[in-house]
Amino acid sequence: MSDFLVEMRDVRIEGRSDETWMPIINGVDLTLKKGEVLGLIGESGAGKSTLGLAAMGFCRDGVRISGGSVMFDGIDLLAASAEQKRQLLGKRIAYVAQSAAASFNPAHKLIDQHTEAPVQHGIAGKAESAADGVELYRKLRLPNPDEIGFRYPHQVSGGQLQRAMTAMAMACRPDLIIFDEPTTALDVTTQIEVLASIRQIVEEFDTAAIYITHDLAVVAQMADRIKVLLKGDEVEEADTRTMLSEPTQEYTKSLWAVRAFERPEKPPVASDATPVISVQGITAAYGTVDVLNDVSFDIHAGRTVAVVGESGSGKSTTARCITGLLPPRIGTIELDGEPLPLDYRKRSKEQLRQVQMIYQMADTALNPRKSIGEIIGRPVEFYMGLRGGAKRKRVAELMDQIELPADQYIDRLPSELSGGQKQRIGIARALAAEPKFIICDEVTSALDQLVAEGILKLLARLQDELGLSYMFITHDLATVRAIADEVVVMKDGVVVEQGSKRDMFKPPHHAYTDLLLSSVPEMDPDWLTNLLKERGVDNIGDAAVGKMS
Amino acid sequence: MSSVPWILGAIVVLLAGGWIMRLAGQKLTGNKPFFRDMPLAVAFGYVLGAALVLFGIWFYFQPAVTQDGVPVASVQFFRWAVQGVLIGAAAAYLFRLVGRVVGTAGSRKVFRQMPLTAAFGVLVILIYAFLAIFAPALAPHGQEQVFGQANIVPGGNPALGGNPDFPLGTDQIGRDILSRLIYGAQNTVGIAFATTVLAFVLGGTFGFLAATLRGWMDQALSRLVDVLMAIPSLIFSLLLITVASAWVSGFGLTVAMVVIIAVIDSTRVFRLARAVGMNIVVMDYIEAAKLRGEGLPYLIFREILPNATAPLLAEFGLRFCFVFLTISALSFLGLGIQPPLADWGTMVKDLSAFINYASFAPLAASVPLLAAGAIALLTVAVNFVVDWMLNRSSGLKD
Repeated sequence: MSDFLVEMRDVRIEGRSDETWMPIINGVDLTLKKGEVLGLIGESGAGKSTLGLAAMGFCRDGVRISGGSVMFDGIDLLAASAEQKRQLLGKRIAYVAQSAAASFNPAHKLIDQHTEAPVQHGIAGKAESAADGVELYRKLRLPNPDEIGFRYPHQVSGGQLQRAMTAMAMACRPDLIIFDEPTTALDVTTQIEVLASIRQIVEEFDTAAIYITHDLAVVAQMADRIKVLLKGDEVEEADTRTMLSEPTQEYTKSLWAVRAFERPEKPPVASDATPVISVQGITAAYGTVDVLNDVSFDIHAGRTVAVVGESGSGKSTTARCITGLLPPRIGTIELDGEPLPLDYRKRSKEQLRQVQMIYQMADTALNPRKSIGEIIGRPVEFYMGLRGGAKRKRVAELMDQIELPADQYIDRLPSELSGGQKQRIGIARALAAEPKFIICDEVTSALDQLVAEGILKLLARLQDELGLSYMFITHDLATVRAIADEVVVMKDGVVVEQGSKRDMFKPPHHAYTDLLLSSVPEMDPDWLTNLLKERGVDNIGDAAVGKMS
Repeated sequence: MSSVPWILGAIVVLLAGGWIMRLAGQKLTGNKPFFRDMPLAVAFGYVLGAALVLFGIWFYFQPAVTQDGVPVASVQFFRWAVQGVLIGAAAAYLFRLVGRVVGTAGSRKVFRQMPLTAAFGVLVILIYAFLAIFAPALAPHGQEQVFGQANIVPGGNPALGGNPDFPLGTDQIGRDILSRLIYGAQNTVGIAFATTVLAFVLGGTFGFLAATLRGWMDQALSRLVDVLMAIPSLIFSLLLITVASAWVSGFGLTVAMVVIIAVIDSTRVFRLARAVGMNIVVMDYIEAAKLRGEGLPYLIFREILPNATAPLLAEFGLRFCFVFLTISALSFLGLGIQPPLADWGTMVKDLSAFINYASFAPLAASVPLLAAGAIALLTVAVNFVVDWMLNRSSGLKD
């Protein structure tokens, strides 16, 4: 018997599209020893999730393993019968999905779902397994471990649910757990808790794990070894420390370099300049609940103001107030010193033209049934009155600005573009109105790091060329560092702190800003360990936020 | 005699057959995953399916006439059904083959990707459209023309009581059934199509309007639709047509019927359009269009409608069939398309008594089935085509 727990050799995986089988993974080796954590990283579409699932001998619908071998503890998973696999999956191999909210059954209590696998596999009785569940909840530092199991999935927060799912995966004390982007959907402060809990419990039970993520800083904290995938091929594999300090391949180096982008600082704005957008003391409510409270900030010509905060902090609501979708209850919004009507329906065409928006999800922001030419052409026609050849010429100019060749893309549908290209079309549509001010709502958070960097550089270039002002909503502080001139930190609908970027990244901070800044994972593999030492094991994430308020 | 022991016995035999089949498959194929992981229930299904196919083949070749010369109706109808399916499949196959060779590059590509069911549906719809448009030229006789000889059986074989002048026979007052079927395509299908289109224009527009505007407009329209839907639709349309007949008659009554059925059916379209519209209205591209300052017509017809075509198209296929059946039902009750205009629903009603002859004269009994078959065939064809279109458009989305 080999000394590997998982041994995948020359694995080839194909996916079905339009009646033919297209390769997804082209012959990758993957080995994992007992108790070892392997990080799998790569862009979306690199095949990391597919490879992770293949380690369980499992394929999604329309996908098949066409070659190679997958051995788990001496058992050939590809030759194993359905019955043999049933004995392994859930019991010796477990899986933690990206979205815990979508993976729990909303109609059953957490503890009932927790006990299902152990009872099914005959490892423990229901009561025994439930007691063990409470013990695991305690180990994972879930609040109120004795009772949280009796709640339904919608009654606990996202971070807690993700930890409950990790507990569930641990219920049978498996030899191998596959974590598929378990913290991608979480805020930085919540992510930290989940990371700390996962790492602790994996160490304690000496479980081997495959940790799939696109976030390099996260994988640096979690993995003993890192494997980099690109379009179904292995780029390189090495110890975490070696990989971080001396990557050998160009692609890996480019991944590592992304976080280095930072635009030069601009001179301060003259004190008597009229801001392009001035938000003055707005309070807004959904129904009767105030979600924004007395928010004020200015955005000057040619500047970028980054608005940061966790989900639910009111960043996007502020944007909705500025665009007029949610008229604030109190306060005013000025454009070039002139007050804007609060409801967008009352604004003039000219006022609407000046404020444009770029959305987080390019998929839902572009009408899937319209060609690129129609999408970009509509504002050109609507605001500028251009038609026919003049319109087509202007669309081509705009596509030139976003670095997409017009003759090649103008007649395509959004579904025929990649994520980064779609986001560029969103930018072109905003530019087509020739606005002064653009709201960028998490425009890079759905993109891979390399692609996101391209978008940020494009936005920076356009700002320099056209003198645009941006309001940049983000939860990613690396993005803030890259593009912002000024920063506004929000929490629970209130501006906690604001100032120039230089001041914000230098202490002393408001305590919440400090927490936010220090929660962003860094590439240093000792970062999490040091942070936990500094803050104390029970004083991270939500707990810390709670203590502050 | 109780049939329960027989059924139980058959199940046991089939289960045993399935178990043996699986075991044999495992041994013969060297334990391929297909047989290895096959649950017993699936094996049972395979054996049951095979048994049914064998029974069908055996039944097809039973004699259609007993030794005394009495026809066996069940065998005869079964043969006709099998022949109909085979001929239909062959025609569809040929049609698709022709389409793949003839025509522009674009149309050839469409035919290459077309499943056989869709080819069948398109072919049937084309034939119906052709018949409806050229009915006066194609029909051998007039739809109102009465001939001396009534109740001629179909087939045109004088030995069996047919007449070559009337290949599908004549009805009980001596009108040519083939001619009436062809004119029926014009009347029934034309009116059903007009009604469905009107229902979609009404229901779609108001549904999207309610989804976009929300608020009191949505409330008012939705509650109105609830009220209309609360009344059983067939009885409601009967009532309204009766009321309408007090004022108008003849062609006017047909127009009234179209409007009444369209309004009643548009309630279902409204519900669908509103539900689909609500899912589209929350998309960011609608928000972007609103913030651009676009007006309501642009939002509804240029942004929402193109994204709602797939579900609306599916509903159109179904709705067309329902409207069609409603008109036939109304005609059957004597309120729809008025005689002497030929209508398939009326034809089924008028000739329905012949079905009683099925046990001893299959040919005579098939007379009411001709019109019923015409309705069924179109319904199936429309649904095949809609299924195919849905597949294509959903493939576009992914």
